Amino acid sequence: MIRVFVPGDAAALSVGADAVAAAIREVATALGHAVELVRNGSRGLFWLEPLVEVERGGQRFGFGPVRAADVASLFAADFLSADRHPLALGAVESLPWLARQQRLTFARCGIVDPASLADYEAHGGLAGLRRALAMAPADIVREVTESGLRGRGGAGFPTGIKWKTVLQAEGPRKYIVCNADEGDSGTYADRMLLEGDPFLLIEGMVVAGLAVGAEKGFVYVRSEYPHAFRRTEAAIASARAAGLLGADVLGSGRRFELEARLGAGAYICGEETSLLESLEGRRGQIRFKPPLPAIQGLFGRPTVVNNLVTLATVPTILANGAAAYRDFGSGRSRGTMPIQLAGNVRHGGLVERAFGLTLAEIVEEFGGGTASGRPVRAVQVGGPLGAYWPTSLFDTPFDYEAFAARGGMVGHGGVVVFDDTVDLARQARFAFHFCAVESCGKCTPCRIGAVRGAETLDKVIRGADPDANIALVRDLCEVMRDGSLCALGGLTPMPVISALDHFPEDFDRPAQACAAD
Amino acid sequence: MDGPAAAASGAAFDAGAVIEIAERLQGLEGPLLPILHALMDRFGHVDERAIPVIAEVLNLSRAEVHGVVSFYHDFRRMPAGRHVVRQCRAEACQAMGGEALAADLERQLGVSFGGTTADGRVTLEAVYCLGNCALSPAALVDGELVGRADADGILARVAGGAR
Ligand SMILES: Cc1cc2nc3c(=O)[nH]c(=O)nc-3n(C[C@H](O)[C@H](O)[C@H](O)COP(=O)(O)O)c2cc1C
Ligand code: SF4
Ligand code: FES
Repeated sequence: MIRVFVPGDAAALSVGADAVAAAIREVATALGHAVELVRNGSRGLFWLEPLVEVERGGQRFGFGPVRAADVASLFAADFLSADRHPLALGAVESLPWLARQQRLTFARCGIVDPASLADYEAHGGLAGLRRALAMAPADIVREVTESGLRGRGGAGFPTGIKWKTVLQAEGPRKYIVCNADEGDSGTYADRMLLEGDPFLLIEGMVVAGLAVGAEKGFVYVRSEYPHAFRRTEAAIASARAAGLLGADVLGSGRRFELEARLGAGAYICGEETSLLESLEGRRGQIRFKPPLPAIQGLFGRPTVVNNLVTLATVPTILANGAAAYRDFGSGRSRGTMPIQLAGNVRHGGLVERAFGLTLAEIVEEFGGGTASGRPVRAVQVGGPLGAYWPTSLFDTPFDYEAFAARGGMVGHGGVVVFDDTVDLARQARFAFHFCAVESCGKCTPCRIGAVRGAETLDKVIRGADPDANIALVRDLCEVMRDGSLCALGGLTPMPVISALDHFPEDFDRPAQACAAD
Repeated sequence: MDGPAAAASGAAFDAGAVIEIAERLQGLEGPLLPILHALMDRFGHVDERAIPVIAEVLNLSRAEVHGVVSFYHDFRRMPAGRHVVRQCRAEACQAMGGEALAADLERQLGVSFGGTTADGRVTLEAVYCLGNCALSPAALVDGELVGRADADGILARVAGGAR
């Protein structure tokens, strides 16, 4: 029986992976080949999707991008045993794009069968949890603190410190909440793990529960990810059936229950307090802080809210020890970061590496420049609230402090590439527009400021009194930054100001004859 | 979300079914969103008349339930068209011609974003990121993700009368 892998990841499906799988099954049957088809997650080399892999002698050989129409010729070229077909890529692990990565959190993604807990375990899964089950809660927290892990959802807050607060909070009931709202454009790391290695998240959440004394967790998945949500529910059901979840976790006598919940199309529900409101069944409006969610979170109980990647990194830290994780990275940014290359990029996909790669290395070496073949002009890093970077700043190393020092942020690790046809005035306008659409409406600088900002930039774009209107936009940005209750209003100035500072020529426009204010 | 049965049903209001769904899910911690999603899956929209019914089962005020329904983009108040196209309008898709695609779809369908074609065939909506940003531009067509989307491909998927 030869094992053939065709990803069941949503992105792979979006370019025809199901049809490829069906064609392989059909032709194999017709030709009498005994083939076991595995629907793995994605390896994250999206320009090669659907990436079909064949296992020969324990090694995996890739073909891609494969269309259903290629399948007959793959069999004709005997792809089950040879690499003669033009789509042959050779041994997948040796592809330079993958070989140059340091995959810790994504070590199994794209490799295992995400529907099989046994496969997860066979590839090293559950080792972290087994170790944690033998540890005192405070020791688990100390291990996470010493690893240097910081939140991967955007704010970069030290995870161990958050956990310690929840551990020390009194209360008969505590919660672990996984933030899988992944609202930032240009990001898909959470989605890939939910679809490619969901037991990793479950393991991380059980460890978090042991660490802080919580017995219930929620995974809040955005509704824009219907496929990932179904995969999550299926993984939770099999984890429960296998005793990884429930009243007696792996026979330890410890309890942990988990539920997946669907968001409902609101970017603001990625913000942790808004997410908690949403889970409780209310409008997703921001809560005033304090109290911190760690003290009074879900239903008023002490609650850990962590990004999915943060939680999914915990099993590796527990399995290999804090020091092994902390040894990766630069400065105060320890460990690895899954960087997600997106937009107009030749080789779009997931690059997990220690912090410290420069933007040039990310965009040029991994990304291979633009998909259009035109020059790169700008990248936006960190989602819709992240800065636009010109190529003159591409020597900036990817780490929390280095990015902040230059007026940007790492965020959740999304890097969106634009070629020289981009108009940064329009991108800045979009930042305001997005803020206006997604504002929760609780505070004035954000609710009104975003609308005013978009209107004022419309005037700039029409060439109407640009100097005065640009000054107005800058003032407005200051008001939003200082006066907003949360980072949606507070950080919308980041893409706007970076566009104004680094791409002033795009705002200097001729007045249009028809433009009347 | 756009379940397969979503907009196609456009079924008449059925208070009994709403009560059944609400009572089945009311034991959850924070049951309101799961109930509203279940209504979307079943009926394709949240009927105005469902609001007092849910409020009664959950012992909430109508205003509270109404406030939640209106806050979230997902909970439609009216049935959608027979097909729903949700095109990503966020940055990674903009970088790959997403705005031209949006204009193309509006022109060819003869409808603006947020609207439904006059024949009730297609509802066109904006979303902001589908997590397919390395294969942009992206769209969800009747709940199915499409990568490297173009107008012809999307229109072909919604050409038929039914799903
Ligand atoms: C407007 C807004 C949107 C956010 N969206 C997300 C999101 O989609 N996913 C996420 O993990 N964190 C998001 N955050 C950050 C969360 O508030 C919070 O910091 C995070 O979930 C904490 O987890 P971490 O420490 O593991 O990063 C958002 C914050 C703001 C202000
Ligand atoms: S900044 Fe915007 S999103 Fe945040 S609380 Fe204020 S109105 Fe709500
Ligand atoms: S920005 Fe369009 S799919 Fe992510």
